[in-house]
Amino acid sequence: MSVISFEVIYRGIFQKSLAVKISRTLILAAVKEGKPGISFGRYSDSPERNGIPAKQFGYIADNEEELETVAAQYEPKQVDISICVDDTLCKGVESWAWYGLQPINAVTKPGGTLIVTSNQKEDDLVQHIHRRETPYKLAIIPGEASFAGLWVYKDDGTDARCLAAALKAEPTMCSIASLESAIRENIGSETHVEAAREVYEDLRPVEIEPGQGNDEVPFTFELLKWHEMRQGVVIDGVGGHEGFRGGEGGYEPGRNPYFKKWSTRTMRPVVSFEKCTKCTLCWVACPDTCFDVTPDGFFDANMEACCGCGVCEAICPVKDCITMVNEVVFDERDSQWQMWQENKEDYDKYMDEKITTGKIDGRHPITGLAGAFSGIGLETGHNPETAKIKPLKDL
Amino acid sequence: MATATEQQQGAGVHLLTGSEVMAHICRLADVDVITAYPIRPYDTVMQYVSKFIAEGDFDADYIPAESEHGQFEIVKHASACGARVFTGSSGVGWLYAMEPLAVTAGLRLPMVALVGCRALDDPGAFGTEHNDAMLVRDLGWMINFPDTAQEVIELGLLAYRVAEDPRVYLPCAIAMDGAFLTHSQATVRLPGQDEVNAFLPPYDRGDLLLHPDNPITIAPQANEDWLMEVRRQSSEAAKNSYTVLKEAHADFSKIFGTNTNPFLDEYMTEDADVVLCGVGTLSLPVKVAIREMRKEGKKVGMVRLKWFRPFPTEELRESLSRFKAVGVIDRDYSFGSPYHGGIVYNEIKAAMYGADKVPHLKGFVCGLGGREVLLEDVKQMADKVISMGQNDAADNEVDWIGVRG
Ligand code: SF4
Ligand code: SF4
Repeated sequence: MSVISFEVIYRGIFQKSLAVKISRTLILAAVKEGKPGISFGRYSDSPERNGIPAKQFGYIADNEEELETVAAQYEPKQVDISICVDDTLCKGVESWAWYGLQPINAVTKPGGTLIVTSNQKEDDLVQHIHRRETPYKLAIIPGEASFAGLWVYKDDGTDARCLAAALKAEPTMCSIASLESAIRENIGSETHVEAAREVYEDLRPVEIEPGQGNDEVPFTFELLKWHEMRQGVVIDGVGGHEGFRGGEGGYEPGRNPYFKKWSTRTMRPVVSFEKCTKCTLCWVACPDTCFDVTPDGFFDANMEACCGCGVCEAICPVKDCITMVNEVVFDERDSQWQMWQENKEDYDKYMDEKITTGKIDGRHPITGLAGAFSGIGLETGHNPETAKIKPLKDL
Repeated sequence: MATATEQQQGAGVHLLTGSEVMAHICRLADVDVITAYPIRPYDTVMQYVSKFIAEGDFDADYIPAESEHGQFEIVKHASACGARVFTGSSGVGWLYAMEPLAVTAGLRLPMVALVGCRALDDPGAFGTEHNDAMLVRDLGWMINFPDTAQEVIELGLLAYRVAEDPRVYLPCAIAMDGAFLTHSQATVRLPGQDEVNAFLPPYDRGDLLLHPDNPITIAPQANEDWLMEVRRQSSEAAKNSYTVLKEAHADFSKIFGTNTNPFLDEYMTEDADVVLCGVGTLSLPVKVAIREMRKEGKKVGMVRLKWFRPFPTEELRESLSRFKAVGVIDRDYSFGSPYHGGIVYNEIKAAMYGADKVPHLKGFVCGLGGREVLLEDVKQMADKVISMGQNDAADNEVDWIGVRG
């Protein structure tokens, strides 16, 4: 029996069409060789919600009976290939479909391949990916998180590149010729075919050994039994407040202890406390009540609560006081104010470094949104002249 | 001078419609919030309720809503805030409130509602059919079908007592036959306030109370990781409603000095060969026809279900196993269902499956749209059941009785 299973891990709305396109085209390429397949999204992910991590799945089998055998289990428990189209998701996935943080490689088979579109290097990315007991391969397709929306399809060739990477990972799926013709039929131009061919030739997956990567134990909690739950579809309210980090001064509101939003954000605010005038606007405007009030009256964005919306940056009246920075450059979730208190010079250096390395290019001209939200087109995506995503051979 | 209500409200015997008795239940139960929207035949209850309030004999928030949907939403929320509530509707009006009806049961809110049973459109019709009330039977609603204005006292007070029990917390529909019960006056013995107070404790929402001092979230989005557990809780609550109802009924009998069976009303069944089964006011023509048939030596009896939810499976199996044959009369329809029978027929058949002794069961559809169930109709049905019993042969055909053609 030979069944190939894969998943595409993406962000709701902005990458939904992209994920569907990757999944469908891969199946359609195999169909060309007489292999049946299915492609489906996880229904309870709520992929129509902004930035929510979500998954698309697919199976390719040798015959219908084999396909039924795997499809009888709606959601694959293990996949040969995991394709992640936003590298900030390497920190883990908190979706609508489950509770707690699921490592990005949670269902990648031992020896399977995790494909990520990223401008990071393998070593840096592995620091974010939870370590596990079995080896897997990591393959990076250079490029920023693609914006291929629900309503419009901003084409940057990510689809074709991911398809080629998937085929490279599991070459028995179909021939490159079938994939190319499926790309022509379902995606379009020769540019895409070229992009695919290039990735197919140049992609070099690296082996990730057991124990390599982020040693943090992923956040989990136990789901209650029916007789342990409160009646009447009632859950405890999030109430109360305490001083800053449980101390005397300042103010920290009560927060949902189960939903940490660690992987909801693609960027995070970095605050320059030197520039802050304590005007309170960020504190008031943050839709998720993320700002803790410090004992000396500053506002400290709490990384257990921030969804990375960028409202605080937009509303802060002081120039360069709040800067949104790509989430992928952070390993920690520490209090920025505490860092600043400990050593102001070090904090300033830290801030400058993060703002430089995690600078968000390709911001949307109107919304100012970045990363998966920015909307980079095919020209900037694949054109070697203007590329943020550089062709592999130029790297 | 005493108001009309004062003259009427004392304990003792009065001439009252079923709706009017329900209004008295509201008053005696000291209901806090009532919402109204007009549709006949249920709306007669609101005429009495508003009169009691206008005359100062009853203190409740009485809110005329903009539609049935709003009407049921308002009391749903009031119930979450700890108010004892009452509302009601009929026919397609009740269906227009279907969303809050489902949600109320899902949220385990002990709303009590009067369904003045009425045919569903189309065609537009005023008369009794039970399909409106029956539409909530799978959602967690308790449903009872009083057959007389007097029985509204028992089933109305039990509705509040059982619905508001924390082991249950489920809404209850009092399904009252339009015209025959909602609009017909009969002599009724009203209970006194002290008796009612002894029977019915105040509604206590406990730690599920929606109140600023008790921060909770009600009805968050809950996907497949939670929903099955939530439904399992509702199933448990529905199971509990059976036990709690039995308990409450025993208290009711003690406090009010009555002697009824909690679930089944049996008439001339001791020596009966066959019985007719059904719900609601058709018990009257059935009983009278049985008396007449008895004179001809036909041993016919009646078993009437007072509660359709909780469904008294064990009691019914025990009772019906005693007879050779059973006829089930439905004042409702379930088009395309097994043997094209009605809802009560199908449920009784399901309940009897696997009983030690299963009588032959025949279904009838009769009295739709408020058409009178005539004595001849009852006799015709009884004869068919008798011959089924005599032949000891199943007759799965469901017959329409009293239909032209
Ligand atoms: S990015 Fe949005 S969620 Fe995060 S702190 Fe700023 S306003 Fe709040
Ligand atoms: S909006 Fe800017 S200046 Fe105002 S309190 Fe927040 S960080 Fe400080």
